[in-house]
Amino acid sequence: MAEHRITTPLDDDMLMKFKSGDKLLITGTILTGRDAAHKRLVDLIRKGEDLPVDIKGQIIYFVGPTPARPGNAVGSAGPTTSYRMDAYSPELIKLGLKGMIGKGGRSQPVIDAMKEYKAVYMAATGGAGALISKCIKSSEIVAYEDLGPEAIRKMEVEDFPVIVINDVYGNDLYAEGAKKYSRVS
Amino acid sequence: MKTIDFNVIVEKVKDICMAANFELSRDVLDSFKKYRDSEESSAGREIFDQLLANAEIAKNEKIGLCQDTGFAVFFVELGDDVKIEGGNLIDAINEGVRRGYGEGYLRKSICHPFTRKNTGDNTPAIVHVDLVPGDNLKITIAPKGGGSENMSRVVMLKPSDGIEGIKEYVVNRVKESGANPCPPIVVGVGIGGTFEKAATIAKKALLRPIGSENPDPELNEIEKDLLKRINDLGIGPQGFGGRTTALAVHIEMHPCHIASLPLAVNINCHSSRHKEIIL
Repeated sequence: MAEHRITTPLDDDMLMKFKSGDKLLITGTILTGRDAAHKRLVDLIRKGEDLPVDIKGQIIYFVGPTPARPGNAVGSAGPTTSYRMDAYSPELIKLGLKGMIGKGGRSQPVIDAMKEYKAVYMAATGGAGALISKCIKSSEIVAYEDLGPEAIRKMEVEDFPVIVINDVYGNDLYAEGAKKYSRVS
Repeated sequence: MKTIDFNVIVEKVKDICMAANFELSRDVLDSFKKYRDSEESSAGREIFDQLLANAEIAKNEKIGLCQDTGFAVFFVELGDDVKIEGGNLIDAINEGVRRGYGEGYLRKSICHPFTRKNTGDNTPAIVHVDLVPGDNLKITIAPKGGGSENMSRVVMLKPSDGIEGIKEYVVNRVKESGANPCPPIVVGVGIGGTFEKAATIAKKALLRPIGSENPDPELNEIEKDLLKRINDLGIGPQGFGGRTTALAVHIEMHPCHIASLPLAVNINCHSSRHKEIIL
């Protein structure tokens, strides 16, 4: 399992170096979005309209942070469960989204889209939102402010640690990890 | 008859909303250390180190342990010799939640089921009240995250399914949940009662300290067997593969109808948060 320090945005050459199980330390700009924001983005795509943010080469972090205390860039900011975004992710990947950060398994259509259009799915540590907030240097709402914790934010992150779950080759760390340690026949 | 002022309840509820979301109890932290030492996967051990570091930051800086600061779920034991002055209990709890989630910079996660419009202050709380003898008012908050709640189920088994049927259902539920509920998890199991009773006691079972024995020897043995079978699944911390999928299995049981065998599995993430006050 390799460790890579990377800077956003992502491109296909970078993604081809990552294997499921690798640790990435991400620096640069990432976007955030969860259930309600994904629904709005995909509604726009289906109507043929422009998105409020450019997702090409970008990473979307599935997170709805707690409000920031005065003087802090962000509140607690760990990942939410990703399968709820499965209905929307393939359409965003087709438009050039290159990375997603969340926790928990993805559906086969999402895994297939990642393989076909080259994108990766990464896990951040669920339930470690206070610790993760230390890697987030700034956070600014860029769309859908009315959604509150679900608004789309642009975050500047520094050495944000994630583990590659699904790489561009169709591998899945969740399946492989459990298989390795299972004592059930 | 003891009189308790409405505003005292509001203030205390406000305090425990924040405390529960900033500070893990000793039993949870001890279980992280114990399982970190026995975990064979290096990725798994690193997760435990992160969870311990996260708990330190949350406590010292008063930041939510998790960004999902939960549905505010309360278990209340109201003594029959207690009179609340200046308002009613449920209003006091909701006002305490409103203030605690506001002043504590906690996330407001409650919305309309169809429109998804946020209520804006994390109310209404879910409040379970038991009337008990005496003049104490005991209020326990157990903030419940959505990710692990979504993996929970109630099922009406057949009496012929028996203990083995119960065990199979619980283990399969954890297996199918995989990495979604943020393992290592705590599994609350409610056996018996009715459809809603099973769910309520499953949630109540989550309040028991991790590492404590079930006072019923038969249930204690079932808990130990379930914990072993769950940890044999290999899901591991955060689902990356490893020995620690659950920190504990806690069972509560209640008599049931001759036709039924209700079973509820309430899954909690590792951020097993609860705080209580007695007035």
